[in-house]
Amino acid sequence: MLDADFFRRWMTATAASVDREAERLTALDSPIGDADHGSNLQRGFTAVAAALEKEPPTTPGAVLVLAGRRLISTVGGASGPLYGTLLRGTGKALGDAAEVSEEEFAQAFRAGVDGVMRLGGAAPGDKTMIDALVPAVDALGDGFGAARAAAEQGALATTPLQARKGRASYLGERSIGHQDPGATSAALLVAGLAEANGE
Amino acid sequence: MAGDGLVGIVLVSHSAQVAASVAELARGLAGGGGAAVPVAPAGGTEAGELGTSAELIAAAAASVDRGAGVAVLTDLGSAVLTVKALLAEGGELPEGTRLVDAPFVEGAVAAVVTASAGADLDAVEAAAGEAYTYRKV
Repeated sequence: MLDADFFRRWMTATAASVDREAERLTALDSPIGDADHGSNLQRGFTAVAAALEKEPPTTPGAVLVLAGRRLISTVGGASGPLYGTLLRGTGKALGDAAEVSEEEFAQAFRAGVDGVMRLGGAAPGDKTMIDALVPAVDALGDGFGAARAAAEQGALATTPLQARKGRASYLGERSIGHQDPGATSAALLVAGLAEANGE
Repeated sequence: MAGDGLVGIVLVSHSAQVAASVAELARGLAGGGGAAVPVAPAGGTEAGELGTSAELIAAAAASVDRGAGVAVLTDLGSAVLTVKALLAEGGELPEGTRLVDAPFVEGAVAAVVTASAGADLDAVEAAAGEAYTYRKV
């Protein structure tokens, strides 16, 4: 069973990896975006970690709803409302249970990813974070390690794609050949699950 | 919609200067009545950089709410997504706040002119959206 502490570890592990990888995320965002993805997410997840430390919520759902709200408020780019909607939607789907099973989490995370697709209008293959998140959701039944591997694969597989959503889509064919920064950061988020689970 | 005040207009742009200037432009082109319309820009991030701030949007919406609803016009990308996420959250924006699908500059002018005539939120939204149909060539 996964308790509030697990979800706090997930967020702090993600904050740490986003911090470590911020320069790489921004570098990926330079040729096809506006070169702010790393710094934006760094600001957002730093705020999430601070909020969770200041007043630690006691249920898994409350941890994720708070994290999502902080991301929407602090990121300043499109990744804020998108990741915010993902975490908030997942948290709301978890309800107010003190502990949730991995299967319940997988269902809630799928609801969160569906919410992101509704908000941004992106589908798999559009060269967005969805290309890492959907494979991760599909692999969650085999555990967090499998989800991490699937998300990383999904992020790598965005390189030959032409962007159909977001700022990179203005570049048309010139977006081909670059790994998508959003899918890359989404893989970090999913990797945080395995890390929180001690994998 | 309850209340007898005018519809409020919020202009959300990645740039503080764009949001403020479009607000000024729309008020100016609305003539005498434009001065009465509550219009608030919400541009850039709190740090003054290019981007979108949920806090600035929420503050702007609260500042123009006269009980007749608030029409929010945005430029693109994170501005659109942030307003949608705030609306989905509930309680973040005044009751009767609506994201209006419209071109930013032309829509803002149409919205402010329409609001200055005392029109309701539906009419303001329709006028702003109709600005998409004004072809220039």
